[in-house]
Amino acid sequence: MNTFFKKFSYLAPKNKSESGHQAIYEGGRDWESMYRNRWSYDKVVRSTHGVNCTGSCSWNVFVKNGIVTWENQNHDYPETSPDMPDFEPRGCPRGASFSWYMYSPLRVKYPYVRGELADMWRAAKKEYPNALEAWKSIVTDPEKAKRYKSARGMGGFVRSTWEEASEITAASMLYTVQTYGPDRNFGFSPIPAMSMISYAAGARFMNLMGGACLSFYDWYADLPPASPQVWGDQTDVPESSDWYNAGYIMTWGSNVPQTRTPDAHFLTEVRYKGTKVISVSPDYAESTTAADTWLNVKAGSDGALAMAMGHVILKEYYVDNTTPMFVDYAKRYTDFPFLVQLEEQDGKLVAGHFLTAKTMGDKSAHSEFKYYVLDETTDSLVIPNGQMGHRWSDKSKWNLKLENSENGAPINPVLSFIDSKDEIKAVTLPFFGHLDDKQTLDRHVPVKRLHTREGVVYVTTVYDLLLANYGVDRGLGGAVNTDYTSDTPFTPTWQEKYTGIAPDMVIHTAREFADNAIATGGRSLIIMGGGINHWFHADVIYRAVLNLVLFCACEGKNGGGWAHYVGQEKLRPAEGWGAIMSAKDWQPVPRLQNGTSFFYFATDQWRTDEMDTDDLVSPLASPRYRHVGDYNVLAARLGWLPSYPTFNKSGAAIFEEAKQAGLTEFGDVKTFVAEQLKKKELSFAVEDPDAPENFPRNLIVWRANLITSSSKGHEYFMKHLLGTKNGLLENNEPVAKPTEIKWREQAGEGKLDLLVDLDFRMAGSALYSDIVLPTATWYEKTDLSSTDMHPFVHPFQPAVDPGWEAKTDWDIFLTLGKAVSKLAKEVNMPVYRDMVAMPLQHDSEAELAQPGGVVKDWSRGECEPIPGKTMPQLVEVTRDYTRIFEKQRALGPNLANGAVGAHGIAVNIGEQYEELKARNGVIRDASLGGVKAGNMTEVATGDVGIGCPSIEDAYQACQAVLTMSSATNGAVAHKSWAKAEELTGLTDLTKMTGGRSGEHITFEDIVAQPRLVISTPIFTGNGKDNRRYTPFTNNVELLMPFRTITGRQSYFLDHDMMAEWGEQMATYKPILAYAPMREALPNDGTREITLKYLTPHNKWSIHSMYFDTPQMLTLFRGGQSVWLNEDDANEIGVTDNDWIELYNSNGVVASRAVVTPRIPRGLVYMHHAQDRHINVPGTSLTGGRGGTHNTPTRIHMKPTHMIGGYGQLSYGFNYYGPTGNQRDMLVVVRKMKEVDWLED
Amino acid sequence: MKIKAQISMVMNLDKCIGCHTCSITCKNTWTNREGAEYMYFNNVETKPGIGYPKHWEDQNRWKGGWVLKNGKLELATGSKGNRLMKLFFHPEQPELKDYFEPWTYDYETLIHSKRKNNQPVARPRSLITKEKMEIEWGPNWEDDLAGGSTARADVNLQNIGQNIALDFHDIFMKYLPRLCNHCLNPACVAACPSGAIYKRDEDGVVLISQDVCRGWRHCVPACPYKKIYYNWQTNKAEKCVFCYPRLENGLPQICADTCVGRMRYVGVLLYDLDKVADIAATENSQDIYGNMLDVILDPHDPDIVKMAREQGIPENWLKAAKESPVYRLIKEWQIALPLHAEYRTVPMVWYVPPMSPILHKQASSVHFPEAEAMRIPVAYLAQLLSAGNEVVIRRVLDTLLDLRRYMQQRTRGEATTEFDEKYGPHALYDMYRLLGVAKYKDRFRIPAGMNASQEEKRLHQGVGGFSDCAFGGCSGSAGASGCSGGGCHE
Repeated sequence: MNTFFKKFSYLAPKNKSESGHQAIYEGGRDWESMYRNRWSYDKVVRSTHGVNCTGSCSWNVFVKNGIVTWENQNHDYPETSPDMPDFEPRGCPRGASFSWYMYSPLRVKYPYVRGELADMWRAAKKEYPNALEAWKSIVTDPEKAKRYKSARGMGGFVRSTWEEASEITAASMLYTVQTYGPDRNFGFSPIPAMSMISYAAGARFMNLMGGACLSFYDWYADLPPASPQVWGDQTDVPESSDWYNAGYIMTWGSNVPQTRTPDAHFLTEVRYKGTKVISVSPDYAESTTAADTWLNVKAGSDGALAMAMGHVILKEYYVDNTTPMFVDYAKRYTDFPFLVQLEEQDGKLVAGHFLTAKTMGDKSAHSEFKYYVLDETTDSLVIPNGQMGHRWSDKSKWNLKLENSENGAPINPVLSFIDSKDEIKAVTLPFFGHLDDKQTLDRHVPVKRLHTREGVVYVTTVYDLLLANYGVDRGLGGAVNTDYTSDTPFTPTWQEKYTGIAPDMVIHTAREFADNAIATGGRSLIIMGGGINHWFHADVIYRAVLNLVLFCACEGKNGGGWAHYVGQEKLRPAEGWGAIMSAKDWQPVPRLQNGTSFFYFATDQWRTDEMDTDDLVSPLASPRYRHVGDYNVLAARLGWLPSYPTFNKSGAAIFEEAKQAGLTEFGDVKTFVAEQLKKKELSFAVEDPDAPENFPRNLIVWRANLITSSSKGHEYFMKHLLGTKNGLLENNEPVAKPTEIKWREQAGEGKLDLLVDLDFRMAGSALYSDIVLPTATWYEKTDLSSTDMHPFVHPFQPAVDPGWEAKTDWDIFLTLGKAVSKLAKEVNMPVYRDMVAMPLQHDSEAELAQPGGVVKDWSRGECEPIPGKTMPQLVEVTRDYTRIFEKQRALGPNLANGAVGAHGIAVNIGEQYEELKARNGVIRDASLGGVKAGNMTEVATGDVGIGCPSIEDAYQACQAVLTMSSATNGAVAHKSWAKAEELTGLTDLTKMTGGRSGEHITFEDIVAQPRLVISTPIFTGNGKDNRRYTPFTNNVELLMPFRTITGRQSYFLDHDMMAEWGEQMATYKPILAYAPMREALPNDGTREITLKYLTPHNKWSIHSMYFDTPQMLTLFRGGQSVWLNEDDANEIGVTDNDWIELYNSNGVVASRAVVTPRIPRGLVYMHHAQDRHINVPGTSLTGGRGGTHNTPTRIHMKPTHMIGGYGQLSYGFNYYGPTGNQRDMLVVVRKMKEVDWLED
Repeated sequence: MKIKAQISMVMNLDKCIGCHTCSITCKNTWTNREGAEYMYFNNVETKPGIGYPKHWEDQNRWKGGWVLKNGKLELATGSKGNRLMKLFFHPEQPELKDYFEPWTYDYETLIHSKRKNNQPVARPRSLITKEKMEIEWGPNWEDDLAGGSTARADVNLQNIGQNIALDFHDIFMKYLPRLCNHCLNPACVAACPSGAIYKRDEDGVVLISQDVCRGWRHCVPACPYKKIYYNWQTNKAEKCVFCYPRLENGLPQICADTCVGRMRYVGVLLYDLDKVADIAATENSQDIYGNMLDVILDPHDPDIVKMAREQGIPENWLKAAKESPVYRLIKEWQIALPLHAEYRTVPMVWYVPPMSPILHKQASSVHFPEAEAMRIPVAYLAQLLSAGNEVVIRRVLDTLLDLRRYMQQRTRGEATTEFDEKYGPHALYDMYRLLGVAKYKDRFRIPAGMNASQEEKRLHQGVGGFSDCAFGGCSGSAGASGCSGGGCHE
């Protein structure tokens, strides 16, 4: 029957099933196989997503007829416990839509080169004898260079080959090495844990080349500097299942359902266990829907709320009533009982430095890093165990036993001098309630008088100081608050004008928080997120919040403490990975540059900086410099921060000059460098960022969308780094001119000679690159994944091979390495003598370099420049560019009897190195005949890798990482715990492997099932016996010290720069609020409104990078959107889905408006990762295309983040350093008059 | 009494995080193809809001479901004759604009663009007309109260006279995932002029035979939940198939399996088919919910089990019914409720109503609130889940809050006598295990294995998966031939 007639079966008789229930017409149910066939598949492969969300979810990828059809989550994680929810299923809609990319129309299938460049290159190759000369002919010709640089982002790619694209890259990098030095080559890739082998591929290549890898965690402003400040640890947090152990949870600036989608269920589920949930958020967020109470705090004022809660807790649970649990914790694990000197300044007493043993005349080793408490038992000052001085001189005392380190006697530290005071003194404290009206607070503390080498000093305890700072009344007189209703810092009444939260709400919440901690033994948890971490003063906000969990004895307890989830990660098999990525198996040190400083100078944001530090420092201090860039110069000089390029000359040039001076021994060369610096014959590149010899020349980006997602101050990137069209609306000189940086009238534009992007999609970064290399998608490669959200390691596996001409990241960097080696041989490149300047590193003895946190600048003659002490350490590295590839693929001989480690715990892995020879096979000389080992290619006589374990393919690299790391190899874990015993004088720590010393997790194991990592001392918590991971339990239970100067959790930071900025203790600082434009645009009659500009995480992009899948874009507005309150919108005549422009001096966004009653007035949200390649029209203000979410932002560097060389305030890559915070911005919003798509 | 088995789903809205994973995994499997782009067998809506398609709950407009006429059930779209009149024109058909016009982008531009003066950009293009388009509406346009004005137009809000609510301090929202309810009294089945829609005997899954459907589209308006979609490419109607190819293997539906909020439960209910028509015709719509509970039979009752066995319900289904998580949530604890029972289709997807944050003014004075002190008005939830009966909502919310008080005391080692007396010694703890701990094996209990004779199974073992008729013959006997649909009987 044809279809038309079939339609008239309306009245046809129907068959009923036997029961009469099911009525079926003709044809029966055979057709049902149609949907069954759709559901069927040929293969299921366990893999995951290399996305920077830190979700690390294990997925089943379904393959049918050689096509990946879809993906669903796995359910087979090891069980948490019979009494808890499990981790299954992990994965969100963003992950579920990933397979679209594999066959999408924006998939990069072949290598591409910018058309203009390809033309010039192909011509030059014919004209010049080798690639190096060919490249030189292009980049040294200003007209030619401008031609291709100004075309960046404007379309016009041409298809290339692997051979051509890798040769151009090699030529540019080697030309830079030769001409300027290897530290002008850079690599950028974030969050290793999300696909650690892919990260290591590029990092290893860059490090062998002598280029610098740029940090990301601090650059993304995800690093909470408060964490190293308080704990000496980068970020260690509970796995999400530990939320289920909490009795009270505050989500503070953390939108868990959206940003921790796979973990959110633990939050909703623990409520059924009787846990109350508080949401602190300016808007009615998704996390708020799962809460019992919403504290709708005004954006950025969270510090005021936290300070007031702290005030309530200190008053009610410490002063008015003593809570034994809190006090005991404070004595053992915090610096509350430590003694601080009050120092005189302009006739007033201010908080000074910790009282050191050195001050008291102690001459023992590192006595400048030993501090006192008052022991109640003996009524004397004692130096308790566990301090930084012990760490590096008397390891048997580096533990948290409450003992007098000098005689081992048990002690009982006194928290306060209130009962044993000699006097009451007024101490003057900084206060920052109002930008235009900085004030000081005079508050009274009980003090003791001490006679020291330096005469009589007044000391008090950190606890007494902190109570004074919080304004808690102790009957000592002074300007204190007798009750909560007084409007002085930091009472509940005081905070209301900043936060909008009613005082009784603050008191109620603080009490609930503390009461729960008492009732549950410390299970009060604060989940903190980007909402409070992306501010300029995020560390100040964080410290105020962290104090709450420290006051209530919650840190180091399951279900309690802090839980920071902002771009954090936990690369579980850290040691093996670290060795491979840093190329430590071949050379002593890598170059690891902090990203924020790099981009601040490279994109010339320093030239228009709107900050004047005079407005920002403590009312008790004047700033050392008015321009923050000057502080960065100081940090480079003093070895606080790394700074690449380091000098205005290349390493080779410096060695050559030393040679001219008759110096060849490296020790002499170091002294030579120090002298040259002092004489200003040699200078730091950061002192002259616009000198062409100091430009970064090559940048390779992989696993990232640096240019259009992570570029704080996006339009500055366009102008200065890339030299292409930009949307900057103003180009003002800095408010305060720098004094340490050379001002050139002409800023650098198009500084980069070559931008190379490895990508599988043609999005922002690829569009603006010169070379785009097709990389494998996440379902086409072998790799490892781990996170701190769960305690498992699991794999990436190729469901299908890389499509078209794509290669995995591992193979791409081998290809580049091969091209470099080939060209180096062609041009007979000699072995390069390189000088690497290393910052003073945390967890090395260099953290003792600058005691007391006293700033001494050799350039001012305050001390001598001594490498490794008062300036960066200098290390010699020789580089044979003809052997880059040979080294990349072989696990080098430095590990044969070498040590790997992390966080100061390193162990010998000689056995594991031998084991890898068997597991992976060794590199063999093919010319000697015999069977080829594995897939070894092109091994010639004289290859330096011969005899080494192979890591030529990614699978072998995975095995090497798993074998050499304590979290995945019980033998290494056992050695590490034994090492920890040695380092601390503690005993019986090796039992912490929980009987897993014989276990070795291999790649095959994790293919079968995600595997629970083995407990290791390189992290601060442990998962022994399937315990839920939470940080600092090793400190609290095993008595391993915190890696801070006192060995305790820090309430007080006594570095000079902290005093200068008024941040010795937690306080409240308002957000920055610079005018959107220095000069308002001429008014054309369009109604405008100025609003705070926030960029929280996006629900409809795959984390912070991928904003282009139709599945996701269809589920919201189909392109860029900006949320604003309906009353604000109404004020400027904007209705839902109108096109709007928003702008400030940094540029213009053209977007759709989302009008809502859900967010408060005064804010706009432009969710993160809204790239500019999809559905973005032009703007009338620039005549160019609208920008990205980072267009209105710019870098605001904070000098306290640059401190180094002093205990926990010492540099670590992604560990400490200025954050690329992007809040604290205002924008002007208005309706767009007409939409121009600019298709020309 | 005629005993039937039904696969049923419960969604605990209290745990829904609005992530839409369900929508995506469902879409990738079932509707990621031409003609189906605008279909979401499963979608998630932010409430309050008008939803997808627009205003689907406004039955004055769409005439979905059943109405009582003189005490008898009649499709709201009219009598059979009346519907026959509408064969070629149906005024209550939602149009594409009520769903949304699906789009893609000119992605190719990004790679292949010639050198231009401005950065190339991928603009949206309609998947229907293939023309460039402006995006004005989508399947989740109101996400997280985006838009605002449409949230106020939510018919449930208007029914309770709160259309001007949504004051910032006491604002509220929650997510509502929706799929076909696989109703016991499906309006779509009754409305289909071709008889293409049927409710499967063995598991109650409602399907549209793609062989039989003639594209009359009467099912589309008839479904009050607007969960039947017209495929403009095949000219046939399609809907959620409850992932029967998975159910048949003992696996939960994709939406349930991939629910990362772990808020979905799937299991077997036994019910009395003879009573269904009566309860659908319950006079007072607020009584329908209570009557629905009566239709659901106790799988632990030996008489019921015996009778069910005699009527051919397989042993493994009877066992699954006993272990059914949905039975506990729906009938034993009565904390799951049907969505808009007043539509009289007797839906088999149930919802646990959500708790919500304490109202602004009361938050500083209580630890855990009473039902009335939470933001989502009880009356609003009653509109969705109890045909306006607020007593039911209050009871469920109070139970959930009691559960939390009980567990807090228990966790802290305090006495729980008060609750043990009110709920018995085990109920709250069991509820805690299922809602909180919620292990995979406890969320889903689905009988696996074809319900067929040993001989049939043996035959299937050899030919399963072959898609043509070469191996099993083309007898057309339902289910047993191993023959696929499609070409076989044309």
